Amino acid sequence: MTGTLVGTGSLLRLVLRRDRVRLPVWMAAISAVVAGSGVAVAQAYPTAAERAGYAATMGESPATIALAGPPYGLDTLGGILVYETALTAFLGVALMALFAVVRHTRAEEDDGRTELLRSTVVGVHAHLAAALVVTVAASLLLGVLVAGGLIVAGAAVGGSALFGAATAALGAVMAGVTAVCAQVMPGARAAAGTAGAILAVAFVLRAIGDVQESALSWASPIGWSQQVRAFDDERWWPLAISLVVAVVATVVAAALAVRRDVGAGLVAPRPGPARAPRGLRSAWGVQWRLQRATIGWWVFGVGLVGVTFGSLSREVAEMVEQNPTFAEYFGADAAIGLQEAFLASALSISALIAAAFAVSSGLRTRSEETSGRLEMVLAAGATRRTWAAASVVVTALGSVVVVLAAGLGLGVAYGAVTGDYGVVLELAASALVQVPAVWVLAGVAFAVLGLAPRAGALAWAAAAGCLVVGWLGAAIAFPRVVVELSPFTHVPAMPAESFSATPVVLLVLVAAALTAAGVAGFTRRDVG
Amino acid sequence: MPHTTAPSSSSASTDPAIEVAGLVKTFGRTRALDGLDLQVARGEVHGFLGPNGSGKSTAIRVLLGMLRADAGSARLLGGDPFTDAAALHRRLAYVPGEVSLWPNLSGGEVIDLMARLRGGVDERRRAELLDRFDLDPTKRARGYSKGNRQKVALVAALASDVELLLLDEPTSGLDPLMEAEFQECVHEARAEGRTILLSSHILAEVEALCDGVTIIRAGRRVLHGTLEELRHVTRTTIEVATARAPDQLASMPTVAGVEQTGDRVRFDVDTDHLDSVVRYLAGLGVQSLTSHPPTLEELFLRQYGDAPDQADELAAGQGQR
Ligand SMILES: Nc1ncnc2c1ncn2[C@@H]1O[C@H](COP(=O)(O)OP(=O)(O)O)[C@@H](O)[C@H]1O
Ligand SMILES: [Mg+2]
Repeated sequence: MTGTLVGTGSLLRLVLRRDRVRLPVWMAAISAVVAGSGVAVAQAYPTAAERAGYAATMGESPATIALAGPPYGLDTLGGILVYETALTAFLGVALMALFAVVRHTRAEEDDGRTELLRSTVVGVHAHLAAALVVTVAASLLLGVLVAGGLIVAGAAVGGSALFGAATAALGAVMAGVTAVCAQVMPGARAAAGTAGAILAVAFVLRAIGDVQESALSWASPIGWSQQVRAFDDERWWPLAISLVVAVVATVVAAALAVRRDVGAGLVAPRPGPARAPRGLRSAWGVQWRLQRATIGWWVFGVGLVGVTFGSLSREVAEMVEQNPTFAEYFGADAAIGLQEAFLASALSISALIAAAFAVSSGLRTRSEETSGRLEMVLAAGATRRTWAAASVVVTALGSVVVVLAAGLGLGVAYGAVTGDYGVVLELAASALVQVPAVWVLAGVAFAVLGLAPRAGALAWAAAAGCLVVGWLGAAIAFPRVVVELSPFTHVPAMPAESFSATPVVLLVLVAAALTAAGVAGFTRRDVG
Repeated sequence: MPHTTAPSSSSASTDPAIEVAGLVKTFGRTRALDGLDLQVARGEVHGFLGPNGSGKSTAIRVLLGMLRADAGSARLLGGDPFTDAAALHRRLAYVPGEVSLWPNLSGGEVIDLMARLRGGVDERRRAELLDRFDLDPTKRARGYSKGNRQKVALVAALASDVELLLLDEPTSGLDPLMEAEFQECVHEARAEGRTILLSSHILAEVEALCDGVTIIRAGRRVLHGTLEELRHVTRTTIEVATARAPDQLASMPTVAGVEQTGDRVRFDVDTDHLDSVVRYLAGLGVQSLTSHPPTLEELFLRQYGDAPDQADELAAGQGQR
């Protein structure tokens, strides 16, 4: 095996050199959210009575359980912290690992850089090994930072360490799973997409399992990391499952690596058509062709989130009935109100996820530009204005479709478990009300693309900011300005709240203004 | 796009195809174009030569309206490259230096797309070029080699009925057979009256194809003229072994840089005076002889020394057309 690992050391340094900004930014952002909410939660729930109130409301909320995981140790500060930040820490570490492994394996191959390196004294497994070592080390470091953040906020050391380890373990599992995808799939995008789909399924399995309190949670790597029950009856052994799976996945990836060619997956790409279909004749056709598969995946993913929440509707009703605190807390119409609040928060979360689609779709032009493909299209007669228009329309309509998928998924699943399909249209309409806020994020992406094309990270930061405010805003009192900055704050939370036209119209105007500024910049600036 | 009226076809024969004067383009601290001049007449095949990083691609991208120049003027087919982009692009085709294709589109789809963006597909020509360049249109772009990606872009450009072809180092990934096919295509395009700007760093290719040549360095024109005019200022390197020692060689006025190693002599001679030198050598009993035209690098280093300014002055005297 050593022969196949020759050169790993040099490649390790190369990976570290290339990621010396990127990985620290991931780690800093995730641990800052954890540590920041730690301090805020410590201030918000200083006494046992206040924590009991939290446990009785948030801890019983099915929407929160579906997203955050089972409520363990909510009578402790650490338990509340984990409940509030597990989503950020787990999805953060999983995505960090996913992107890092793809970036340093298949993306390198797609760009032809691997061949250059492989032609020197570098073993077949060296790239994979270097990518995995760096990714797992980064996950461990992130785990330490997360644990440190909790300890600084005042949580118990043992539980903090356990939660940090659980975070790192998920990163290692995701690194291994992604490494396998990188061997099997025909290209980097497909590899990242497949690993992302696996992560989404893992999330859905544990969401349903956690709310139903069924064994389904154990089918999910995220579940293993949650089942350590930090700050409750703590146990380390679920992490052994993570460890075994990570190791097995790595071995499988290494075995597959020697069975395929550099630059090709085990799944061979099918030959394409000799002639272009009729629709592929303009900037519009190109945009649609580039984005249609992506939109399809987002529709599937966000629709799945809707279906997941919708399928939990009966449990929500039961929980409300069994829990007298709810009625005390929320008043007489608690049952109906909570059901609606649950549906509204499902739509709100879906819209926050759809914002990531809007940003990536809006920034898609940038990768076309840096690869030189945009230049070919423009030189062949498409105008910048047409290209921009196509991009704006595909992004705007794509956002509608993605958000609508959440509403329909939620409604249909709700109907399936409660037998009441009457709400489908109402939920679809409620979902559409979220669209203008998603468009604002798309507008931010277009503004960045047109005015500061190198600063794509800004648009992503805006989307991440909205997610943090939207998700943690219930438990943490962010400064008013910060909350107001997120467009999602202004959306009427239908069906729990009634429709109000003013904020919706204003958001559309803001989105239009940002988009117009971006398009104006794009038609004037240098391309490439 | 708020373009003015498309340049009318009546002006087509009078305006030069490309007219660039004093063009400056900076990227941060890099001055990619530093007062570039470039003229290409209609119907001409014009070689655009320069070492790597001299600004060839940047100049072409300004002509395509992708980049906005910081100073100077550029006219293309009688129009403004930026404001008339849409109208101009229907009349030209472009092959980028680095061809990147959409990984999940087939080569055939890319060719169709490019042609349709320009206005339509010439079926006969498309089929003929696919055949001549031996290109499989059903392969997805991620499966193409660099040379094949380049061929996709070349077929897309050559299949279109346009007045002007802007080719940025179009043969850098082609094998010799395909290179020959490409040269044939350029000859045909010229016979059809098209104008071609061919950027390259390979002097031999330019010599085989071009009427006029512009040589740039560090974003400036250092030499321009017809190929004939260029030959006056180029020198051929000759390495020869003769039965009797070529003693007089060093004293011949057009010969420079004589180096003797054993019984072999190596020297440079003005290409204009090759004949007299070869006659002299023949009298000495030639045992072996190799000659090669100067590479671009040698042209710069030997002919003009290292300073572009000096080269500019020389060029001004040499390159009048
Ligand atoms: N987008 C860009 N950003 C920064 N520098 C650039 C950019 N494009 C070109 N350059 C620089 O401008 C100079 C000229 O480049 P280029 O026109 O590509 O040369 P050539 O095509 O003759 O090899 C080089 O020094 C190159 O590094
Ligand atoms: Mg170039």
